[in-house]
Amino acid sequence: MLVLMIPGALCLLLFFYVPILGNVIAFQEYYPFITIPEAEWVGLWNFIDLFGDEQFLIALRNTLVLAAVQLALFFPVPIVLALIVDSMMTPRFRKVFQSIVYLPHFLSWVLVIALFQQMLGGAGFINQFLASHGMDTIPFMTNPSTFPLLVTLQVIWKDAGWGMIIFLAALASIPASLYESAASDGAGRLQRIWHITLPGMRPVIVLLLILQLGSILTVGFEQFILQRDAVGPDAAEVLDTYSYYAGVIDGSWSMGAAAGLAKGVVGTILILASNKIAHLLGEDGIYRGSSR
Amino acid sequence: MSTTTASRPDTAVRPGRLDERAIHRRLWTLIGGRSERPVWMEEPSPALSVLKTLVILAISISILVPMLVVVSTSLASDAEIREAGGYVLFPTEPSFEAYRTIFASPLIFRSLGVSVLVTAVGTLIALFVTITMAYALSRPVLLGKPMLLAIVLTMFFSPGLIPLYLMIKELNMLDSLWSLILPTAFAAFNFIVMRSFFMALPQELLEAARIDGASDFRILWQIVIPLSKAVIAVIGLFYAVAYWNAFFNAMLYVNDQELWPIQLILRSYVIQGTSMTADQLGVQQTAAPQSIKMAVVVVALVPILLVYPFLQKYFSKGVITGAVKG
Repeated sequence: MLVLMIPGALCLLLFFYVPILGNVIAFQEYYPFITIPEAEWVGLWNFIDLFGDEQFLIALRNTLVLAAVQLALFFPVPIVLALIVDSMMTPRFRKVFQSIVYLPHFLSWVLVIALFQQMLGGAGFINQFLASHGMDTIPFMTNPSTFPLLVTLQVIWKDAGWGMIIFLAALASIPASLYESAASDGAGRLQRIWHITLPGMRPVIVLLLILQLGSILTVGFEQFILQRDAVGPDAAEVLDTYSYYAGVIDGSWSMGAAAGLAKGVVGTILILASNKIAHLLGEDGIYRGSSR
Repeated sequence: MSTTTASRPDTAVRPGRLDERAIHRRLWTLIGGRSERPVWMEEPSPALSVLKTLVILAISISILVPMLVVVSTSLASDAEIREAGGYVLFPTEPSFEAYRTIFASPLIFRSLGVSVLVTAVGTLIALFVTITMAYALSRPVLLGKPMLLAIVLTMFFSPGLIPLYLMIKELNMLDSLWSLILPTAFAAFNFIVMRSFFMALPQELLEAARIDGASDFRILWQIVIPLSKAVIAVIGLFYAVAYWNAFFNAMLYVNDQELWPIQLILRSYVIQGTSMTADQLGVQQTAAPQSIKMAVVVVALVPILLVYPFLQKYFSKGVITGAVKG
């Protein structure tokens, strides 16, 4: 039995636990041509330097702004989508529609950005159409000030359908008899949504909202690294891309690691705290179910 | 549950008038719809129906049209693309010239090979690692609790990309395909789904085999795996999709263009707009650059479309959501 655990344990060790220890370079002045024990210890100076680095502050600001915009604009979409699908009374059409909206979740970010670029880019489908009809083109993909809206639109396009699944499950668990008796008591469509559907979904909505708040430091990494060139770092730099560019590209390995570690630690605390709040509110968190 | 369609009494047909609702219902049935509206539920107002239909159509179009445009343009001729201003919705004379070019190009053909290889080998290794671990931890086992905790922790924290990069470098896996396979060979989420499936298997069966003297390997190979084909299929598909779609690990660990997977080619030539000269492609291009670009998008897209029906069959059955909730 223990033998069966070896391959998995090796994977965890090599690609998770040992690299976690590698984070010590965040407290060192590390260069790739020396070994970690040889590197000079600098204590917390890397972290102090981070907050003196304008680029890092921009990354921090962008991360928080993007997370807030996504929370406000993305979060309600799967709920509304689930209500629409739930109200589709024809099983065949409902199935077809579900097949369509789940699909983008399985496409890679590279593909999603490529599709967006072909549609909305400077020489893309829509701008070609505008130009050929004598109108001005719109720089959807390269305008830094509308970038938060663009990335939120991309997230909605890719994942709103997938995010809907959990709400559909919640809707299916509301007994139909509740609706029926409400209807016979004269409650209309909107009244039923307000008094039965939304209270029935409340636990799931609260839980997901709290978890969303917990992962506020993690906005899609691939999405930003793919578009950073097009809109510029001032709009598209987030904590993860900062870590990549500072470390791998500019060679300040210790600074990159410090940014990554700071984000990881604060992020974990936020997730655990939000999970705790979910428990206190009487909801099931994410790990109570899985570690049972 | 009643599945009949009922009109409300106050809208019942008056003699001598066309029953629009009945006609509407007939048309609906004709195009394949069969409404399951419960009797107590009122028919929506026309305005609401129209609005809902428009929203549903708009969403569907926004998802399907980009893919259609890309596929169509990849099949269109140079002249047609230029005439249409870059994109073609319905090519008049579809040709596969662009695909002939990219399959003849060592650069792109090789990257497809890399992607297929990484996906195939990666999925097999990932399934092996996940199944063995999930089976071991589905039984009461020495060190089971701490191991489980160690796995769950990986869902809350990431070591960060700099230390991971240094680790890959230390393991001499930079510029090697192993760097694309091994770091993502164990996903905690997939493990949890797999383990809860194993735990739901009839334990008497496993006990009986154990009493008959079967080893753990034998029980796993001859009883557990044959009983778990469905969950293994869906987890395998999840891993395969993840391997096919992965690009960042390649961007980080692989400098050598000969080892690039298709997603990185897509990034470089479509998103960043690196021009595709005959020199880079390694073949005299006979198709328009625009349709070659679109063809690259399509070859990255098609494998996902091919496995999508299977994926959907399983996850819509609740394999995933059910297991996660439990």
